[in-house]
Amino acid sequence: MRRLQWGYLFVAFAFIYLPVASLVLFSFKDGSLPLPPFEGPTLRWYAEVFGDRRLMAALGHSLMVAVGSSLTACVLGFLAAYGLARHVLPGSVWLRGLLIAPMTVSYLIVGLGLLIVFNQLGIGLSLWAAGIGHVVINLPLCFAIIYASMGAQQQNIERAARDLGAGEVRVITQVTVPMLAPAILAAFFLAMTLSWDEFVIAFLLTRFEVTLPVEIWSLLRSGLSSKTNAIGSIVFLGSAAIVLLLELFIFGRRRP
Amino acid sequence: MTAPITIESLCHDFQDFRALSDIALEIDAGEYIVLLGPSGCGKTTLLSILGGFIVPSRGAVKIGGRDMTGVAPAKRPTTTMFQDYALFPHMTLRDNVAFGLRMRGMARRERHARAERLLELVGLHGDAGKRPHELSGGQRQRVALARALAVEPDVLLLDEPLGALDLKLRRSMQDELKSLQREFGTTFIHVTHDQEEAMAIADRIVVMNRGRIEDVGPPERVYQQPASLFAANFMGETNRLPATRGPQGLETPFGHLAAPQAPSGDGPFTVCLRPEQIRSGTDGWSLGSARVGDSAFFGTHFRCHLHCDDDAETTLIAHLPPEVQPRPGARLTLSVDPARLTIFAAEGAAP
Repeated sequence: MRRLQWGYLFVAFAFIYLPVASLVLFSFKDGSLPLPPFEGPTLRWYAEVFGDRRLMAALGHSLMVAVGSSLTACVLGFLAAYGLARHVLPGSVWLRGLLIAPMTVSYLIVGLGLLIVFNQLGIGLSLWAAGIGHVVINLPLCFAIIYASMGAQQQNIERAARDLGAGEVRVITQVTVPMLAPAILAAFFLAMTLSWDEFVIAFLLTRFEVTLPVEIWSLLRSGLSSKTNAIGSIVFLGSAAIVLLLELFIFGRRRP
Repeated sequence: MTAPITIESLCHDFQDFRALSDIALEIDAGEYIVLLGPSGCGKTTLLSILGGFIVPSRGAVKIGGRDMTGVAPAKRPTTTMFQDYALFPHMTLRDNVAFGLRMRGMARRERHARAERLLELVGLHGDAGKRPHELSGGQRQRVALARALAVEPDVLLLDEPLGALDLKLRRSMQDELKSLQREFGTTFIHVTHDQEEAMAIADRIVVMNRGRIEDVGPPERVYQQPASLFAANFMGETNRLPATRGPQGLETPFGHLAAPQAPSGDGPFTVCLRPEQIRSGTDGWSLGSARVGDSAFFGTHFRCHLHCDDDAETTLIAHLPPEVQPRPGARLTLSVDPARLTIFAAEGAAP
């Protein structure tokens, strides 16, 4: 029985991690095709990736879009959550529903819609457009996470701050935001990983300057290569680092 | 740092529900007032109005002679101590207590010194650097008290402050609250549904029911001579006897009662006897003989159920002294001092 349990655990983790592991493994292969047999190891492909100006530019664009769009989504999501959690508004159930609904719409549809709107408005395709697209998909998520963390207990704490003489701005900056920091940071990092990985919207809405997933895609069109494995590994390491930071500094600290 | 409060014909409605109707109350500076009543009686609504969190539908609140009816909580000389303490979880105790002073623009060094003095006063010396989640319920309560007192309010509003504490801690915190109140001289208004707590700390108790004030007075007066049947019931155990108007005085299941304190009108009436008013003996108004049913020892007295011979339907609850030896099955002759009985128009009777 014991052996069966460990066996199951091993198979489950293998199922999840084997693709990533083989990707990382063959990024060290000394040969242009990322297929067995393994030769090497070598850091040649990493050197090539870091030497590729287009790829490095795409990496920078991705970071910019991810940080910028997540920050915007968090600020907007926080303000919406604060408003809806703290004030009685007519039809607030509908407002909440409308804010969360875009989560159910596929990225392809959101991207197409934005493409049509930007075309109609004469707004050119750019990193800005992709960033706006990422705000659209991440705002519902940020709103939902932050809204869920605003309970009656937090409301009483804000009331206490007002009672002790704090104005609305100081209540938000000195009490609400620091108090909800775990939820806000969780929303921010989650939005960042989603934006960092996002392809469809970035592909539809960028033109000359592109994000890393779009750049990788255009590399893939010329066939598999160990170089793409190296980029994939870097992207994976970036996402993993964010999740690790999230776990260590936010979720870890919540349990005293 | 204290002020009197005047509440004038205050009414408040939540949509169709009348939470408070026609509340009028004068509170002296430095008084310890307890608002006592069952849940839903409007006591917390009244406290929220005093704190500025609710603007009443009608009426006025004056604190220290100034009209405060529509003034925001931050601009009032009141602070509220919330039921769940509402401490800032991300701040140290020092910063929690100093928060109000910081909002008033006091320099860091000065406000920290003051916060530490207050923490010392409530028995948390040396814990200034801790965060609220490291504390026990009783300690959090003390921090909340220190935080509220730090801004030297004229009036401190306490919303069921001891509700979350266990009985023993609650009794000791009652004493502390009272002595802190004496030390600061601040007007305290304390909401509770615990009648014993109210009697332990109040200068005056305000008994509330269904949005109205039933009785206002010092604990012993409200207990011994309650102004209404509701107040009599809520302020502790009481035996109720039905009575009607007879030729000379009242007719009760225990016979004729000459009671000048009975209200006017034709009745029916309810006569209230406190359990400790029932004596074993014959002087006063006789309740005839009775058999002891259950009996439980409470240290200072036996609490007994008495089955009366004169009226088989009535079971009286009495607190009898241990010397009487009220063992189950024992037979006793009972009497009460008629002057100490309180008599009200029965519920539902025309006034």
